[in-house]
Amino acid sequence: MDISKYETVIGLEIHVQLQTNSKIFAPDTNSFGAEPNTNISYITLGHPGTLPFANERIMEYAVKIGLATNCKIERHNRFARKNYFYADLPKGYQITQNLTPICYDGYLPIEVNGEVKKIGITRIHLEEDAGKSTHDQDPNYSLIDLNRAGTPLVEIVSEPDIRSADEAYQYVSDMRRIVRYLGISDADMEKGNLRCDVNISVMLKGAKEYGERVEVKNINSLRNVKRAIEFETKRQIKLVEKGVQVERQTRSFDASNGTTFSLRDKELAHDYRYFPEPDLPQMYVSEEYIAAIEAEMPTLPKALQDEFTQKLGLSAYDAGVLTDEKEMAAYFCEAIKHTDDYKAVVNWLMGPVKEYLNKNNADIGNFALLPKQLVELIHLIKDGQLSFSVAAQKLLPEWIEQPQMSALNLAKSLNLLMESDDDFIEEVIERVLQQFPDKVKAYQKGRKGMTGFFMGQIMKASKGKADPKLTNKLLAKKLKEVN
Amino acid sequence: MDINNELIDKLANLAKLNFDDTTKEAIRGDLEKALTFFEKISELDTENVEPLIYMNEEVNVFRKDEAKTLISRAEGLKNAPLQDGEFIKVPKVIEQ
Repeated sequence: MDISKYETVIGLEIHVQLQTNSKIFAPDTNSFGAEPNTNISYITLGHPGTLPFANERIMEYAVKIGLATNCKIERHNRFARKNYFYADLPKGYQITQNLTPICYDGYLPIEVNGEVKKIGITRIHLEEDAGKSTHDQDPNYSLIDLNRAGTPLVEIVSEPDIRSADEAYQYVSDMRRIVRYLGISDADMEKGNLRCDVNISVMLKGAKEYGERVEVKNINSLRNVKRAIEFETKRQIKLVEKGVQVERQTRSFDASNGTTFSLRDKELAHDYRYFPEPDLPQMYVSEEYIAAIEAEMPTLPKALQDEFTQKLGLSAYDAGVLTDEKEMAAYFCEAIKHTDDYKAVVNWLMGPVKEYLNKNNADIGNFALLPKQLVELIHLIKDGQLSFSVAAQKLLPEWIEQPQMSALNLAKSLNLLMESDDDFIEEVIERVLQQFPDKVKAYQKGRKGMTGFFMGQIMKASKGKADPKLTNKLLAKKLKEVN
Repeated sequence: MDINNELIDKLANLAKLNFDDTTKEAIRGDLEKALTFFEKISELDTENVEPLIYMNEEVNVFRKDEAKTLISRAEGLKNAPLQDGEFIKVPKVIEQ
């Protein structure tokens, strides 16, 4: 099978749950993980006579994501009813924006293999989430939990501009980072804060018309976005190669084996009978409102990366890792106010600090040491008072336990400061040379490479505290004397 | 408009309802009456008339983003035909 003559055409629909206290049209608590059916209200349950009442936050959040993705903003917004019957949708319709998506005609530039490509954004609209159905807990029934019903969502619909699994991965990953920077969602895919449906079709390279498209749902991680696309591309190409028409379908991704299976066929195509929602007044987004939101937009990851590489001279890789999380980028920005040694800050954050955070399952957001304190540590090393390895392995873990101490005092009390005392170092050198008489002989026979071995042993014996420059000098002198 | 069985079946399917032939016959009569009424209304010339959606012109009527508990779980589940104190139970939607 020659895959290379085909081209994959991909469009993505990303649903992002907005981080609000209450739901989109009702005051029930909006939170993940509560006991089933405890965050509900008569509005969410669709009781007769109840009316939706919009949350003030939704307009702000939607305009933020629109501006961050270069969209135009719709001034006159209406909501609509999308009618269908399903057990997790008590009202029998979902309130959404049909004809007037709040954001439209935008784009997101992504970078894959060093090439920048603009992915068009058709629309971003506001809507309410449905409840959650569980099908495998009870042998005879599906179980419905309506806590999620009415959670505010934005749905971000891309143009079919994506051509590979890698591009899709980058697009979703960048989008996730943007909504986190904006502070409008946790965007945790495993919790379903960010969900991704993939529309995918294949065609011969250069063909004018797209193939029949298949929608793949239930993709719950970034990695699975890639897996689902890779599987579905191959499945469709196989069909085309056999001369079989790809059917327009909705399929579900099965993470256990990386395949997709059909959920419903086109003959049951939905007829949603959209009509305007008369119970919700219009939402008007004024010029002034947009300007006010624009003024308070945070610096987005792409702009930060450019700043880090162009102004600070960091590598693209370092800039990418630093901006992966908003809190990490903020920590870095704060730290470099206190030092010009940007690279040292990067090395500390990407090295010992990250290692500590990973090991303890902690976030940089509530890291015990302030950025200023980390710089204190960097300065001690630069001044030759502390070796990097002692600072990273011994001082850092202790300091995290008692961050109110100064680094210098703590290092003193733990006896970690570098020894630049001749007597101390000479004593250690003496001890090491006595310990390895055969190595000393080898050195005397001309194996000058032994110096490295001795240095290593001396560092070990001094617990990393021997000042390396001084030690080098004293060792050379001592070895000459032995000669 | 011709109300045939096919249309009634389609509407029934969208509403997740099932009708026997006698009921379908009755529905056909009712629907025809309703549609004739709408056809009558459609005779009016509405060219250049903006559709009326909202009864008042107010915009941006928002609620503060504050969480409130309006009803308990027990109260919420009370009207469900079948429930187990935690979940609402419905016929299996997806075959496993």
